[in-house]
Amino acid sequence: MSVVGHAPPPFFKRGPAPLVRLAFFVSLSLALLIADLRFHTLEWARLAVATVAWPLQRATWMPIDAAGDLGTYVVRQSTLLRENEELRRRQLGTANLLLRQQHLEQENMRLRALLDMRARLPVEGRIAEILYAARDPFSRRVIIDKGSQQGISAGQAVVDDIGVIGQVARVFPLTAEVLLLTDKDQAIPVAVQRNGLRAVLAGAGAGMMELRFLAANAEVLVGDILVTSGLDGVYLPGLPVAKVVKIDRDSSYSFARIACAPLAGVERHGLALVLGARTALPPQPDDAPASVEQSARGKRVKKKAR
Amino acid sequence: MQPTHSSRRILLPVRNWFIVLTLFLALLLNLIPFGRFPGIPDWVALVLAFWCVHQPLKVGMAAGFVLGLAMDVADASVMGQHALAYVLLAFAAAGWSRRVLWFPLSQQALHVLPMFLGMQLVMMVARMLSGAEFPGVLWFLSSFTATLFWHPVTYLLLMPQFRPEDKDVHRPI
Repeated sequence: MSVVGHAPPPFFKRGPAPLVRLAFFVSLSLALLIADLRFHTLEWARLAVATVAWPLQRATWMPIDAAGDLGTYVVRQSTLLRENEELRRRQLGTANLLLRQQHLEQENMRLRALLDMRARLPVEGRIAEILYAARDPFSRRVIIDKGSQQGISAGQAVVDDIGVIGQVARVFPLTAEVLLLTDKDQAIPVAVQRNGLRAVLAGAGAGMMELRFLAANAEVLVGDILVTSGLDGVYLPGLPVAKVVKIDRDSSYSFARIACAPLAGVERHGLALVLGARTALPPQPDDAPASVEQSARGKRVKKKAR
Repeated sequence: MQPTHSSRRILLPVRNWFIVLTLFLALLLNLIPFGRFPGIPDWVALVLAFWCVHQPLKVGMAAGFVLGLAMDVADASVMGQHALAYVLLAFAAAGWSRRVLWFPLSQQALHVLPMFLGMQLVMMVARMLSGAEFPGVLWFLSSFTATLFWHPVTYLLLMPQFRPEDKDVHRPI
């Protein structure tokens, strides 16, 4: 039927062929993937969509919230009484420390004034509730119920009553995403509490962490407590982070393999404290052949900021 | 249109708003925060695959792409991860639609299972290439539960199109 040079018109107009459409959408998705993973340029789009979808999201939590409320409503009174007793005992136990801490802080301030050092900034915190764990199975994140409207900003440290949980990674108007310490992308500078050995602790997935780049004969023992060293300018020094659970000193590797478990309830839910942003550390001293005096001053400033 | 090609029941035509509504409801179901609890099916993928099999001219890769972007934001995952997976799922489901509809429901489910597994595999490869952790074998359980839901979902989503069977003894045909 076809006349020379003319294809017969199609009976049904269906647009481009499926393979063409597939190629178009796949390349579009791949472009998005690369733009987000490599260049992190899509935060504005995420922010816009998340803001629009927020009421919907809130609505879908209702059944879960209702189930949780029902669960707490039928908790037996004896359980509540026991919990109350336990809390009171703990408060009494820590009251002693708290009373002394106020005294110590004042003493510290006086001493620092005497030594003419910069006073340590009092850190303000903001209590947030962990709403839920993000559904993404490839990373460890939780969503908290405070956002940029409440003054949360990306990079702030998040702690609970025992130790560090993680760091605010992404901020929306009313919520924020916290990247947990156990995430594979998260690293935190720590020091061994017993001897002050500094190291980097990185997430290893599956709820565990790993102490990296320590020589096979480094002085670390099972049961050592790791605290933040404060070198990064994000976490305050001295916050408990993790406990060493297993050390594998294999001589065929140059580094020891040290597995650690988080101290805080990193994978549990509840209340968390978002610590205020620390002031930035002074810039690193130049490596260029500057005068010795200048580099010495840089070191001293850094020490003060700790 | 019939429920399956070998069925003798004739269905009413589908309404467009019903397709949109079901996809939207599936998105809402996916927003319920179950955390890392394994075996929760991906409702959007299930409903999308269903409509791609039953109405390949109305629902296709464009719908998959848009829904995928919505899921990416809701899941706090990388932009484009779900979009890529859903586009491939829609392509496979629409391409296999004519074959799948010849089978009874249980065997249709067996056809859909490799599509869901392939979708999860695509997501995993996309994320692990960028250095994410392995989510664990249990994560793939959600494909199997979604397959188990194929049977009830088919009846649920075709319900508005069924019409009462009136048997007339005087007119056997």
